[in-house]
Amino acid sequence: MTGGGDTVDIRGAAHAKVKHDSAVRHVTGKAIYIDDMPNVPGTLEALFVTSPHAHARIISIDGARALAMAGVHAVLTAEDIPGHNDIAPVFSEEPVLASGTAEYVGHPVALVVAETYDMAFAAAKAVRVAYEPLEPVLSIQEALANKHYTFPEQIMERGDPDGAIEGAVNRVSGRVSCGGQDHFYLEGQVALALPGEDNDMLVYSSTQHPSEVQHGVAHVLGIASNQVTVEVRRMGGGFGGKESQPTIIAAAAALAAHKTGRPAKYRMRRDDDMVVTGKRHDFDFTYEVGFDHDGRIEGIDVVMAMRSGNVADLSSGVLARALCHGDNCYYLPAVRFQGYPCKTNTVSNTAFRGFRGPQGMFVIEVVLEHIARELGKPVEDIRSVNYYGTDDRNTTPYGQTIKDNIIAELTESLKNAIDYDRRVGEVERFNAHQTSLKKGIALMPVKFGVSFNTPLLNQAGALVHVFTDGSVHLNHGGTEMGQGLFTKVAQVVATVFQIDIDNIKISSTRTDKVPNTSATAASSGSDLNGMAALNAAETIKDRMAGVAADHFEVAANEIEFRQNRVYAGNESLSFAALAQMTWAARESLSSTGYYKTPEINWDAKTLTGNPFYYFTYGACVSEVVIDTLTGESRVLRADILQDCGKSLNPSVDYGQIEGAFVQGMGWLTSEELVWDDGGRLLTHGPSTYKIPGSRDVPPELNIHILEDAPNRVPTIFRSKAVGEPPLMLALAVYLAIRDAVGRLGGGRLMPVLNAPATPEAILTAVDDIRRRAEAGAK
Amino acid sequence: MSYSVKMTVNGKEVTGEVEGRTLLVQFLREHLGLTGTHVGCDTSQCGACTIHMNGRAVKSCALLATHCEGQDILTIEGLADGDTLHPMQEAFREHHALQCGFCTPGMVMSAIGIVDDNPDPSHDEIRHALEGNICRCTGYHNIVLAIEAAAQEMNK
Ligand code: FES
Ligand code: FES
Repeated sequence: MTGGGDTVDIRGAAHAKVKHDSAVRHVTGKAIYIDDMPNVPGTLEALFVTSPHAHARIISIDGARALAMAGVHAVLTAEDIPGHNDIAPVFSEEPVLASGTAEYVGHPVALVVAETYDMAFAAAKAVRVAYEPLEPVLSIQEALANKHYTFPEQIMERGDPDGAIEGAVNRVSGRVSCGGQDHFYLEGQVALALPGEDNDMLVYSSTQHPSEVQHGVAHVLGIASNQVTVEVRRMGGGFGGKESQPTIIAAAAALAAHKTGRPAKYRMRRDDDMVVTGKRHDFDFTYEVGFDHDGRIEGIDVVMAMRSGNVADLSSGVLARALCHGDNCYYLPAVRFQGYPCKTNTVSNTAFRGFRGPQGMFVIEVVLEHIARELGKPVEDIRSVNYYGTDDRNTTPYGQTIKDNIIAELTESLKNAIDYDRRVGEVERFNAHQTSLKKGIALMPVKFGVSFNTPLLNQAGALVHVFTDGSVHLNHGGTEMGQGLFTKVAQVVATVFQIDIDNIKISSTRTDKVPNTSATAASSGSDLNGMAALNAAETIKDRMAGVAADHFEVAANEIEFRQNRVYAGNESLSFAALAQMTWAARESLSSTGYYKTPEINWDAKTLTGNPFYYFTYGACVSEVVIDTLTGESRVLRADILQDCGKSLNPSVDYGQIEGAFVQGMGWLTSEELVWDDGGRLLTHGPSTYKIPGSRDVPPELNIHILEDAPNRVPTIFRSKAVGEPPLMLALAVYLAIRDAVGRLGGGRLMPVLNAPATPEAILTAVDDIRRRAEAGAK
Repeated sequence: MSYSVKMTVNGKEVTGEVEGRTLLVQFLREHLGLTGTHVGCDTSQCGACTIHMNGRAVKSCALLATHCEGQDILTIEGLADGDTLHPMQEAFREHHALQCGFCTPGMVMSAIGIVDDNPDPSHDEIRHALEGNICRCTGYHNIVLAIEAAAQEMNK
């Protein structure tokens, strides 16, 4: 299996730069998203009525006036839910429609169903909801002070951090925070529910997790999972925002369809989407670290307080991942990471590319910078002495031994390739000659653990049929959100059968084809589904080989699949002819496939184990310039070296690296979520919430995939996951901005700069560090 | 109150009954079934709904259907000549200038507008002109390369 992708004499084999399977449909407008599906006559539109209060008791909901309006079919509240008003993905008591109390501005309290969206919109305004406002908890700090959590805190500890910090010759402490982020998938949340006979429900949902939508809908309607089918062909972007969140929308559409007996659609408009659905968690960090004269960390204690929002959602896994990435690439002999899931009256935060790995790395990088400034040494020297070793100093705070560490070599080779030291010198010269513009440069190394933190999620299924004309139907539990998963898995199947990829029909993800799936998340899509599809295809291939062996009267191991044909020595058959022959021999040409990641385990109580099958590595150097008069910043150049193992599809992987980096850049620089004193989100559209545009990305962005680096463990054709890890490379941009600001203070002062480093934040940091430098303070 | 509108869409004359508030994008998608034109933001910021009106790239969510009376509209569906893609479509495909594809139709329509205005745009000019189109998946790099390549093809 592991060498299997090397044959290149078919179109679309593994490791080839195959184009996205839907590319032609995308450029011609023929790719169908859910809102593009031809309307079934009688389809109704659903729309939430949402709470204007961050925290309030719901006294009454009166839909009479709305119901009397033209075209309105239903006004539904929590009481109308036939099953359980709960769609919690991990815990419980996370309702579709708030009952009793509304817990954030935007909390759905009722659902209006009408002939058209405009009618639903007018009716939603006519629903009378009486509230008794309650005191909201809006900040992380307030929740933290009151131990107001959505689930118990998680403390990861090894050794005696207090003693180690105490006994160290140097100590520093500090605080820093990073903001949240809206996913801003270009296709907003959308679902279409079609009622069938016997209360069955077919739901088209733009979701990364069809099985969860299926369970949520069944739960809400009070029917069995076998009565609900969920289908998704593609999403217009997901990024984690369509992991747990689509269940709310799908459940609403299904409830509307169930109650009215008519198809119902809910396409959430952008402003509602941004207010109602969850985002990346923002974090407040405080840290204390003890280290020796070389900057080697001896003990560290970090408080990671995150905004969970009004409910837990996926936050427990999120927090565990933050704790598991608080080490990044560094060995921490004595360590305590304290994670607190702060419950606030804001929208529930949720999965977002990186799943809090980015936040974990964020704080340790600031800590390293602090050590460097304290000692007056380049931060690169501090990194070098703290990098994980290969044979010793190689166990993580959660007890996993790292067996594939290449970070020191990888960062060295990137630095050499771009002449890092010379570039640093140029930055210094530039700054010496400029008064208002200042440059900064920084390197960011990344080690990212691959696998879901929860071991049981690391499983996948596939379903492959070969038809008698030799064409192949491929289905698996993974979902396509633009990341090229469907293309990669089709490459795997093409490679197994040694047929051109054009013969493989990629089909929508459906819960009735492959059941009980995990979300397409944690970068694991191709690792898991590629292996499951490989398993299914090899099963069929073995049967076909048996039939061919009988036909040619040779042993089965002498049969070779090559270039769309099947060979026994010099004799051969076309793949299609063998398919026909296999059918005639009454052998099945259909198979399921299954895969579970080996070697992983995790003890959620002690926060120890081997949660990751392997690690992937990358590094980035970014150079920025800031305007000290306006606070504006620009990334001038970024160079990336990313480990993809033996890439399944370098073109797709390039796209993932570039996209993730730019998205990370947005998180750390321009994307700022602003809430007012009442807990209302003020940045609820692209006019106020700035995601990177074509002029914000670095004009020079050089991306290289690490060569000759097959995965050491037998993943699908020795490739590595790539969806999330490069997002964290963008921390280089944030660190470079800090570097530029820090240079104004002479190098020894810590900039006071949280993320996102907006112009306002940079300007404040510039003024602050200048003031401190002038005062001669530290 | 409803209004009758008549316009040319992708070379064909079409008519319809719309409300005064009906947006061109709604008319295209819901009345004509031309769903290749996407809605990304509902507020004229993202560019996913870009089409051509009388040869100019415009956002169809920022126009009322009634404003387009008698106008000549071109959508993504009208671009290819049968199975032969427009050079811009071909370049987007060839250069991997798409991931989820949701922004793609609007990008392609805007991109053609850019080249129409400036037959030989530099990277910088392309980036500048593309600012009204948001892509959340890519980092625009391949989109810029695709537009550059298509410009050369279109100038032939
Ligand atoms: S939908 Fe028209 S610009 Fe976004
Ligand atoms: S390809 Fe997804 S938004 Fe551009």
